[in-house]
Amino acid sequence: MIVDKNKKSTNFILFIVLIALAFIFLAPIFIVLMNSFKSKLFISSEPFTFPTTDTYSGGDNYISGAEKIKFFSAFGYSLFITVLSVLAISLVTSMLAWYVTRVKTKFTSFAYYLLVFSMIVPFQMVMFTMSKTANMLHLDNPIGIIVLYVGFGAGLGTFMFSGFIKSIPISLEEAAMIDGAGPVATFFRIVFPMLKATAITVAILNTMWVWNDYLLPYLTIGTEYKTIPVAIQYLRGGYGAVDMGAMMAMLVLAMVPIIIFYLSAQRYIIRGVVAGAVKG
Amino acid sequence: MQKSIRKYFALFALPGLVAFAVAFLIPMVMGIVLSFAKFSTVTDATFTGFDNYRKIFIDKEFITALWFTVRFTVVSVVSINLGAFALAMLLTRSIKGTNIFRTIFFMPNLIGGIVLGWIWQVIINGVLLPKGVTIVSDPKYGFWGLVVLMNWQNIGYMMVIYIAGIQNISHDLIEAAEIDGAGRWTLLKSVIIPSVMPSITICTFLTLTNGFKLFDQNLALTAGDPGKQTEMLALNIFNTFYGRTGFEGVGQAKAVLFTIIVAAIALTQLRLTRSKEVEA
Repeated sequence: MIVDKNKKSTNFILFIVLIALAFIFLAPIFIVLMNSFKSKLFISSEPFTFPTTDTYSGGDNYISGAEKIKFFSAFGYSLFITVLSVLAISLVTSMLAWYVTRVKTKFTSFAYYLLVFSMIVPFQMVMFTMSKTANMLHLDNPIGIIVLYVGFGAGLGTFMFSGFIKSIPISLEEAAMIDGAGPVATFFRIVFPMLKATAITVAILNTMWVWNDYLLPYLTIGTEYKTIPVAIQYLRGGYGAVDMGAMMAMLVLAMVPIIIFYLSAQRYIIRGVVAGAVKG
Repeated sequence: MQKSIRKYFALFALPGLVAFAVAFLIPMVMGIVLSFAKFSTVTDATFTGFDNYRKIFIDKEFITALWFTVRFTVVSVVSINLGAFALAMLLTRSIKGTNIFRTIFFMPNLIGGIVLGWIWQVIINGVLLPKGVTIVSDPKYGFWGLVVLMNWQNIGYMMVIYIAGIQNISHDLIEAAEIDGAGRWTLLKSVIIPSVMPSITICTFLTLTNGFKLFDQNLALTAGDPGKQTEMLALNIFNTFYGRTGFEGVGQAKAVLFTIIVAAIALTQLRLTRSKEVEA
């Protein structure tokens, strides 16, 4: 049992190491929070100290920052676009995945390969032509951009749903159809309920992507409708110095919803990421 | 069954395929065609053959960006994977508070690239303050700043994938090795690493492609400064398109080349590590 005793003391040392690491991981968030309450002049001169009576600026940074970038409307656009895009991607790609998996033709297998291929193509490849196309088709508004998100999310969604659909026995669907259910009823009553776990994974991966996405909304709707990442980068402005006070406050406001989302759905998020990675 | 599903093509497959065509497929084809043309608005294109591809190399910008991207990606792939694997080993040792640590280490991953870039800009400028310089004083600060940022963001993500891999190893296998007198290193080298080879494949793939395609973090942290010396490929392409009039075609040609590079690297890496999986 000497081994066990050894193991206990090693584990204790490792526990201390982990606590130190946890502090290091949390420090950046804490530093931003601390600085968001200092007036802007002190953020660059003493970034690692607590606010003192001299440097403390109360909620000034929050008020001026939120005004400058219209934070609350940015939050509204981000929320609207993210929620609707994620719902649309989950529904549309699960239907598409069922179709391409169950209907075996040259066309469907070609479409499937194109969709999978689209996952590794960098956004810069299509960025310019896509924003022109979106403009011509009048998709450059908070509703139209959902179509674009469905298009870019189609690869991953179809790939993941199709991977799961291949594993469910086709006999269930055949039985339903023999009992007189049409394809629509078969999909929505039999197949879709079984896709729940995959749908959660797809929804989580897409939420993380759409909520944080910068370039697509910047290029298509950025001048008129700013989502949170676009609004934050907008603080950089033209050539003048960046108002770091407002920046810190807006970074805090941008992180709060993500951290709340994370802490409330943590189990699903980590499980979803693992499931997504293993299939991807 | 196939036949009856096919009748519902317009319901199941069409919405996804139309969105995919509008957002990705049509812009992709247009992009390839336009890389051989001179244009500024898509509709005014004149065919110029390989001229754009030749112009990529009239200045050193693209090569500088490629070299920076390669160095950055190599360093961050190695450091992220080592860090993530080490943490995963620590968190599978039944130490107290494993779940809380996992939650903390994973959290930075949910924060978007733009927000991350600004967070680290403040911290790195703070660290450099005693030296009297900032992150854009020397390209090496931007380089290591990006490496630290990416490690902070990605270690937790890769860690959860490695944890899943390590937890999948059967206890019998480890016990058998221990009974055979395998020391800690032998156990790691001959049992654990071969068993988590699938996780290594995934994590290398994700870190490699994420590193190569990096854009938001690069834009917010240094925006390529000083003098384009910390500009990565994606940002260089963006600046060629939108920062230099008359260079849209060159930007598109760069984007095609970039796509080929990313696809080639991704496929080679998958083949290489997948072959190791079979051996193991």
